[in-house]
Amino acid sequence: MQSAWTLLSWGPEGWLDDIAYGVFITVSLAAATLPVGLAIGFVVALAKQSDEPSLRLAGNVYTTIFRGLPELLTLFLVYYGVQTLLQSVVRAFDPTASVEVNSFVSGMVALGVVFSSYSSEVFLSAFRAIPHGQYEGGYAIGLTGYQTMRLVILPQLIRIALPGLANLWLILLKDTALVSAIGLSDILRQSGVAARVTREPFLFFGVACAIYLVLAIISSFGINAVERSVSQSGVRR
Amino acid sequence: MSALPDAAVLELPPPVDRGWPGKRIAGHVLVGVWILLGLALAAYLVTAWNPELFQRYAPTYVSGLGVTLLLVGVSTVLGALLSIPVAAMRMSNSRVLSAIAYAYVYFFRGTPLLAQTFLIYYGLGTFRPQLEMIGLWTFFREAWYCAVFAFTLNTAAYQAEILRGAIESVGRGQWEGAESLGLTKWQTLRMVIMPQALIVALRPYGNELILMIKGSAIVAIITVYDLMGVTRLAYSRSFDFQTYIWAAIIYLAIVELLRNVVELIEKRLTRHLKR
Repeated sequence: MQSAWTLLSWGPEGWLDDIAYGVFITVSLAAATLPVGLAIGFVVALAKQSDEPSLRLAGNVYTTIFRGLPELLTLFLVYYGVQTLLQSVVRAFDPTASVEVNSFVSGMVALGVVFSSYSSEVFLSAFRAIPHGQYEGGYAIGLTGYQTMRLVILPQLIRIALPGLANLWLILLKDTALVSAIGLSDILRQSGVAARVTREPFLFFGVACAIYLVLAIISSFGINAVERSVSQSGVRR
Repeated sequence: MSALPDAAVLELPPPVDRGWPGKRIAGHVLVGVWILLGLALAAYLVTAWNPELFQRYAPTYVSGLGVTLLLVGVSTVLGALLSIPVAAMRMSNSRVLSAIAYAYVYFFRGTPLLAQTFLIYYGLGTFRPQLEMIGLWTFFREAWYCAVFAFTLNTAAYQAEILRGAIESVGRGQWEGAESLGLTKWQTLRMVIMPQALIVALRPYGNELILMIKGSAIVAIITVYDLMGVTRLAYSRSFDFQTYIWAAIIYLAIVELLRNVVELIEKRLTRHLKR
């Protein structure tokens, strides 16, 4: 029976190095998903606040689908669905071929679409909070539509949307735990392996929970810093 | 004094010719893409239709759906009960009590539900001798009970925050007004504060219920045969991708139904606030 400290040490006897690798995977997955999700979410929000009904409809269908599906199911749909689809395409050329989809990319796509459907709602309510006069003022001084968006609307939009987006980031961080189900070596999977091998499940799953908590705490410090710097650049009313 | 002309006789202004600007084209193309995808999905489901598969797995899907709804129902109700003392502690003047409640809420909101479920299902195995001694091992040995336990603790943390936020959204003046009428604290809470707070809380509660239904899919990983669990089983046996598609359709239908019901209830309850 080894002590908890040996089990949690760095090196061949301990599992800390394996879990640290899991932390690296979790954080890089979340960090890689964030820009994709934000970009898609912003575009979808643009569609949903447009005055063109068909654009609004297309955006709303997107949110309805990906907000309504369980994240785990979305992940499996992407992981197995893309695999099945690619396989049937490749088999048309080479009947013996087998395709394997990268689980990191699948996780990124699945979490990205889920994140973007939620973030589009956050962006949408931020769009609605900006008075119409801001657009009119931009046009009145001769800015084009794109310039108005970039120079007038976007800076205000970010300030309004930031708390909601920060919340979504914390949710994303937690949702990355699901990729352990498709075999990606994230925090939860690595500590699960350690728990099985050492037969100390409480210790290792407890450590996993603690790491997620620490990541959440670090994130909220980061979010606070960003919020402070963004609100400083804003106008005082 | 001439009567106003009949509404039907009034001529409507001619419809504005919107033309075909870029965004209108883009919108129609995107809607077209969605329609095509929907048709492709329908075509796929028709061509992949397999009566044998359906006969074999349709009953398991029904029982899986029952398990999902039971799990969510039981843990949401138990969580609602547990959330009341947690919210009360969180709002209490005692520093210690409020810190304990805060730690509880922070832990369950800050860690993934999957990790919490693992911690309870696998982790409590470490304490098997102790649990056997107090006779709780038969409870924690079953994946189903562990799932209910984990989900209850998790949703209680979220619901406590919803409850606290809703109660704090009611102004101080309401408490003071009730006090000046001679109502006791309990009467104030029951007759003045709660009716106002629950209207605020309705939408978050609905969202929490939807999140629970979506989150409940993870119990499939700890071998509970809920809707997701039977889907995984059916897929691993048949390698037929339509098993996942059917599950997606069922989940989507439940979530949309719930969302619309919550919206209807909210509309009904806030009639007096509309102007």
